[in-house]
Amino acid sequence: MKFVDEFRDAELGQVLAGEILATVEPGRHYKIMEVCGGHTHSIYKYGIDDLLPANVELVHGPGCPVCVIPMGRVDDGIALAREPDVILTCFGDMMRIPGSDGSFLDAKAEGADIRMVYSPLDALRIARENPDRQVVFYAIGFETTAPSTALTLKRAKAEGIKNFSCMCSHVTIVPPLRALLDSPDLRLDGFIGPGHVSTVVGARPFEFISESYGKPVVVSGFEPLDVLQSIHMILSQLTEDRCTVENQYGRVVPYDGNLRALEVLSEVFELRPHFEWRGLGFISQSALRLSDAYADFDAEQRFTVPGVRVADPKACQCGEVLKGVIKPWECKVFGTACTPERPIGTCMVSPEGACAAYYNYGRFAREREVV
Amino acid sequence: MCLAIPGQVIDVVDEENRLARVDVAGVRRKVNIGLLDAADGGAQPGDWVLIHVGFAMSKVDEEEAQATLELLAGMGDDYEQELEELKASVIE
Ligand code: SF4
Repeated sequence: MKFVDEFRDAELGQVLAGEILATVEPGRHYKIMEVCGGHTHSIYKYGIDDLLPANVELVHGPGCPVCVIPMGRVDDGIALAREPDVILTCFGDMMRIPGSDGSFLDAKAEGADIRMVYSPLDALRIARENPDRQVVFYAIGFETTAPSTALTLKRAKAEGIKNFSCMCSHVTIVPPLRALLDSPDLRLDGFIGPGHVSTVVGARPFEFISESYGKPVVVSGFEPLDVLQSIHMILSQLTEDRCTVENQYGRVVPYDGNLRALEVLSEVFELRPHFEWRGLGFISQSALRLSDAYADFDAEQRFTVPGVRVADPKACQCGEVLKGVIKPWECKVFGTACTPERPIGTCMVSPEGACAAYYNYGRFAREREVV
Repeated sequence: MCLAIPGQVIDVVDEENRLARVDVAGVRRKVNIGLLDAADGGAQPGDWVLIHVGFAMSKVDEEEAQATLELLAGMGDDYEQELEELKASVIE
């Protein structure tokens, strides 16, 4: 119990750790996936895995939207940025994601006009300020972020802004989970459901996991105590042979989601028949593109985008990390050829990526363990 | 970009475009509150909201907002950077 003193309520942390120990059946191995990169971050930062009995294993899921962008999509963004008169705008996290021939940051250093924005509305402002240029917003993110892009596009349409478009790589949370559940590589016992995505989609879309696959899901908050409590709820379900979707984060997540956000999503976007995920390959109906009503704002229609598929680098094991098959440090290049400063794979770039989270906090955890 | 930062709504400054002034860690910024329009009564002055990429995505109570702020402060650099990006943002 080395980290518990850093919790907001250390006593409650101890109690929960004790309850977890009392709940698990010795001799049974439990594999629980935390879907969201925000949870991965909390787990490493607070050493939550050190508080768990040895037979409870946490594996990290595909819920980091930066980590799942395939190389070809990065290359497409760079190709767009090199078109004459284009200003490419994107979130800061995108800048260092490696494509097959460098990152957005490298392309910017070579003269492409790529600008970091905090919000899609900043991108729209840049379009207003530069009427002679074409401003493309390179949109990434799960359902947490997609409604913001949708409202921005609605506004662009209402204002009749002609020089704004969106290269959409928004992804959806349910299909990759289904793909993981169908994959023979991995035997999971339960899921810590994502917090922020669920404020939009609600807890209801995860019901298929308990109904069709017989595994518990607990939608969880991000504080270490939330995560511990969620783990306890999952383990209790397993011990009591129950299986349902529970909402530990009910103080923020409505069970049915944010209806307004879901409404604008379905107005502005439609599902792509299939989309490639880094490391996971093609998953059907797992990403969004602009609906016909917004086709005028679709950068993939306005410009010629190469759309070439690029295989991941050989050394990179991000796919296995994203599927929870290996731990970050089991990747051959972890911490040597691949570091946050010089990432080979995407999981090392975003602070929510499992490799970066482990790199930033993991070593610290191990040192503390030895003491 | 994955962070959601709590802020307190000061006032609605652009009804049509659903923009409100929000106090985020002592910085006043405009954010869009349109995604809360279906939630009971929408965002009102004094409400605490979680802000993600310039949009209020859910209402929270003050206790939850404070707890989230503490959690974020504990993240150090990543939170600082997110705040810097938010400060640089100009939503109109
Ligand atoms: S260490 Fe680098 S290459 Fe290996 S899985 Fe992690 S991000 Fe990918």
